[in-house]
Parts: sequence; structure tokens; C-alpha cells
Amino acid sequence: MKKVFDLFFKKHKASEVRKSDFAFVFFLRCLAVLVILIFASLIYYLWDGSSAILKHSGWGFFLGREWDPNSDQFGALPFIYGTLLTSVVALVIAAPIAISAAILLTEIAVQKIAKPFGFLIEMLAAIPSVVYGLWGIFVLAPFVRDYIQPFLGKYFSFLPFFKGPPFGIGIFTAGLILAIMILPTITAVCREVFLAIPTSLREGVLALGSTRWEMIKTAVVEAGFSGILAAIALGFGRAMGETMAVTMLIGNRPDISLSLFSPGATMASVIANESPEATSNLHVSSLAAIGFALFLVSLGVSGLARLITKITKRRFAK
Amino acid sequence: MSSQPILSFQKVHAYYGEKHTVKGVSFDVQANEVVAIIGPSGCGKSTLLRCANRLHEEDPTARVEGSILLNGVDIFQNHADPVVVRQKVGMVFQKPTAFSGLSIWENVVAGRLLKGEKKAGLKEKAEHALKQASLWEEVKDKLNAPGLSLSGGQQQRLCIARALAVNPTAILMDEPTSALDPISAARIEELISELQKIITIVIVTHNLQQAARISDKTAFMNFGELIEFNSTSKLFTNPESKLTESYITGHFG
Ligand SMILES: Nc1ncnc2c1ncn2[C@@H]1O[C@H](COP(=O)(O)OP(=O)(O)OP(=O)(O)O)[C@@H](O)[C@H]1O
Ligand SMILES: [Mg+2]
Repeated sequence: MKKVFDLFFKKHKASEVRKSDFAFVFFLRCLAVLVILIFASLIYYLWDGSSAILKHSGWGFFLGREWDPNSDQFGALPFIYGTLLTSVVALVIAAPIAISAAILLTEIAVQKIAKPFGFLIEMLAAIPSVVYGLWGIFVLAPFVRDYIQPFLGKYFSFLPFFKGPPFGIGIFTAGLILAIMILPTITAVCREVFLAIPTSLREGVLALGSTRWEMIKTAVVEAGFSGILAAIALGFGRAMGETMAVTMLIGNRPDISLSLFSPGATMASVIANESPEATSNLHVSSLAAIGFALFLVSLGVSGLARLITKITKRRFAK
Repeated sequence: MSSQPILSFQKVHAYYGEKHTVKGVSFDVQANEVVAIIGPSGCGKSTLLRCANRLHEEDPTARVEGSILLNGVDIFQNHADPVVVRQKVGMVFQKPTAFSGLSIWENVVAGRLLKGEKKAGLKEKAEHALKQASLWEEVKDKLNAPGLSLSGGQQQRLCIARALAVNPTAILMDEPTSALDPISAARIEELISELQKIITIVIVTHNLQQAARISDKTAFMNFGELIEFNSTSKLFTNPESKLTESYITGHFG
């Protein structure tokens, strides 16, 4: 933080900054002030906005299971639960695929195939969230309802996750769309991590007479393990904050149910859904508090991802 | 009197894409010989060496022609498995690379751990290889310390022990001392002369004195071609080629 501050605001010696650069430096400083102001105002708003509900129900707000604005019942647990559950479903589906894709891209595929394949995955990231939502409602959800959920229900109904009638719309489908959306993020970061692993390590392992798979297992996956964790954390962060497509597909019911087939709601979706029509003071404040929590957790997760990446990079630099 | 060579390079050509980097190199390496490959930077020494354990092919653009016989069998034969070739022909690189996350003794038997062998039975193997690489005395009290905690010279001997632990027929070394201080380099040279009793070694080096000190035969390459292959004493005192002479006397180019 201090470094950033110094960078922008420390008095530069005249010799350091050429006259022609003054305008540019001034512009940068204004920009920096603006960013800091926005950030401060955001935190102040969230904090100030949350204060009413936190005064009303204390920290118990985050553990309350009932959410019914009409009878002034505000408990945030169903949304925290929904956010975690959809994100975990998304990770369970996306992480293995993304890691395999990154291995394929860096270690196996012939350049001719790898390039277009990488491009296709990157393209997934360019599709707007609301378009995913539309496609989800009209294509993915019916498909899940007619094929995937009946299948899971038939063969895995001994697990509590796959019980209940197939609606299509619900936690499972929301998690599935999230998986598609975070796939490019995790793949891209894993790819970076694998590319940063020195060739000498791969060759050192191969030269001992290991097969390609043994090499990939030790010199790529194990050596890049912390980087893979960072990629997953980053994907987790994205999944938690993702709003539009999830709101369109999750069903928006503040329930806590073990079954992935049932509808639910997330922290992001309840804010998007209810803030336009929230009128009571407590209702508005509850949404701000949920927003605050989401903000802090996302910040924490992306901070964690950065930290892991930093440590990994330092290790390879040696 | 010349028995079957351990390694026989026969008209080896190597390419990176269109780039022809090794141009029809042929020479034989007999059992328990140390053969040095010398030549100016970029002349294809490393490429030639990497052909002999099929590491060259790991580059997606790479291609090899000709044949290299290992104990009389072509390593490029249709059904030859690069994995098996690499177990018989070990390699030591310029930069010592102890594997991070593995202890000293685990590093030595990394080749076997990779194959899924249980750690329990491997301690003796590690000790044996460390003794062969004359590193045992220095590390016997800290076998469980991380491999990366060793000095550069020790790590290079660790790499040699690691190569030996796979029980290869020959070991290729690509400038094994160029990243080391003179004393560590001297220790590696001693070690090479010691190892010669049990194994065959092909070494690339930029250090002509080193080649003269430790090798029995020397190959001089230039622009991908083998200019001269001779006994080291002959090549350094009375070379057949003018080009060799100007290279070893430093009047090259
Ligand atoms: N991966 C690669 N792709 C394309 N060309 C390469 C590659 N590696 C090496 N070359 C080229 O092949 C030629 C031979 O390289 P090589 O590394 O075998 O030379 P060298 O004799 O070992 O040189 P040095 O003494 O500097 O190590 C060089 O011109 C080099 O630029
Ligand atoms: Mg080289």
C-alpha cells in the first residue's frame, strides 16, 4: 500500500520527471485519487448501509435462516449457503476440465491444434453473462431437467444431493452455467503456471526415463500445484460474484436444501433481485450487509490467489 | 581388437524445423571411454548429445535422420521406446537441477520414485549411488535435508548420482561444469575419471583444457559437421585438420 502511495504521490525530483511528462504525471495522480475516492466511498456506503440491520440483529444476521421481507425477517444464511454451494458445484465440474485442458494445451497438443483450442476456450470468456443466462433458461435448463437430473436421480439418489423432482431451474443448473463461465479463467491461469515451469525441469525428469504421463504428474502438476490452487481460488472468486446468469437460472428462493435440484438464491442474486423494490429501511440495510460480506469474501479470495501466485513465482525464480 | 562400441553415431542428421543443425556425424564410443565433444557455440554439440537419449525429439519441430546404435541396436528403430533408451543413456545438464520438494536421498532415487517404487527399499540404492558420485561423505548426516539446500557443485554431483541410480550404460553430460566454480569443477572432473571405470561418458565442453585432461577421444564439430574425431592426445598435439588446429590454438574465425 505504501509502495503504491509513494509511486503516485511522493515528490519526484525535478530531474526525475521531464517537463513534458508533468501533464501525464498529473493526470495519473488525479486518476489515482479518483480510484481511491471511489473505493473509500464504496466501503463507506456498505458499512453505513449495513449498520441498521447489524444494530437490529447483530452478527446473528449472517446465521439467520429466515428471509421474509414482508414480515421483516432478515437472515442471510440461505444466500451464503447458495453462493457457496453453486460455487463449489461449479468448481467440482470446471476445475478438472480446466486443468486437463491446460495440460493438453501446454504439454500435449500439437501447436496446430493447441492454438485454436485455446482460442475457443478464451472465447467462452467473451460471452456476456446475460447471454449465458438466456441460453441457460431456454437450452441448458430444459436439457438438465429432461436428461441430466433424471439420470442423476436414478443412479445417485442415495446421495442427498440428487433428491427431489427435476425442475431444471435450480442450484445444479446455476452451478453448471458457472462452471462454463469460470472454465476460461482457471484454464488460462493454469496455462500460465505450466508455461512458467522451466523446460529444464521437464527434461530433467524425462532424462531419468520417465514416461510422458509420469513427467506431467511430477514436473507439471506437482510442481505447479500451488499455482493450480491459485487458479482454483480465482475461479472460486469469480463464481461467487457472478450475478446475472445465476439470477436467471437459480430459481431465487431463499431455501436451505441439501438437494442440488431444488431452487435457491445467492448473495449476488438476492441483491440484484430485491434491491430495486426494497423499500423498508431494514430490507435495504440487509441487502447492503450481504453486499458487504460478498465484497469482503471476494477480496479475501482474490487476495489469497494473488498470494499463492506470488509465492509460486518466487519459487520458480530460484 | 575393437570390440562392439557402446554408442555408435552413424550419419546422424538433426533438424529444428528447416534448420539443419547436425549434418551427418559419425563416430564410435567404446566401453569405458570418455569422449569429449568440442566446437564453437551453436555448432550443434548439445543437439547431437540430445539425439543420443532421444531428448531432441521432445521439441515439436525437431527431426532426426541416420542412426545411433546402443550396444548394436538402433535407438530410433520402429519399436524402440524413448523411455527405455533414456533409462540406458542418462543425462546430466549444464545447470544442476535438484528437484524441489524432494530430500537429498529422494532426489537420488527420483528416477525410481517416478516409476512408483516404494521409498522403503531405496535407501541402500541411494547410498550406493551417492558413494559412486563421491558425495556420500558430505551428505550422509543430512540425507533428509532438501536437495536444493546443497551447493551448486554438490547439486551437480547429486544429479550425477541421480543419473547413476537408474543403472545406465552410458551418461551424457552437457557442459556439466560450466555453471560451477573452479574447485567444484575440478571435483567433477576427478569424479568423471573415477566413474570411467564403471560407465561410458560423452561430455560436451567449452573448456579445451578440460577436454584434454579428462577425455580419451575428442570430437571437434563446426557448423553441424564433424571436422575431426581422434584420440585426445593426437587431436590436441597433432590434429589432422587445419580447422581443428586453428580452433585449439585459439586462432579461429
Ligand atoms: N529449440 C530450438 N529450436 C530451434 N533452433 C535451435 C533450438 N535449439 C538449438 N537451436 C539451434 O541449433 C543450433 C545448434 O544448437 P546447439 O544447442 O546444439 O549448439 P551447441 O553447440 O550446443 O552450442 P553451445 O555451445 O552454445 O551450447 C544453433 O544454431 C541453435 O540456434
Ligand atoms: Mg550446448
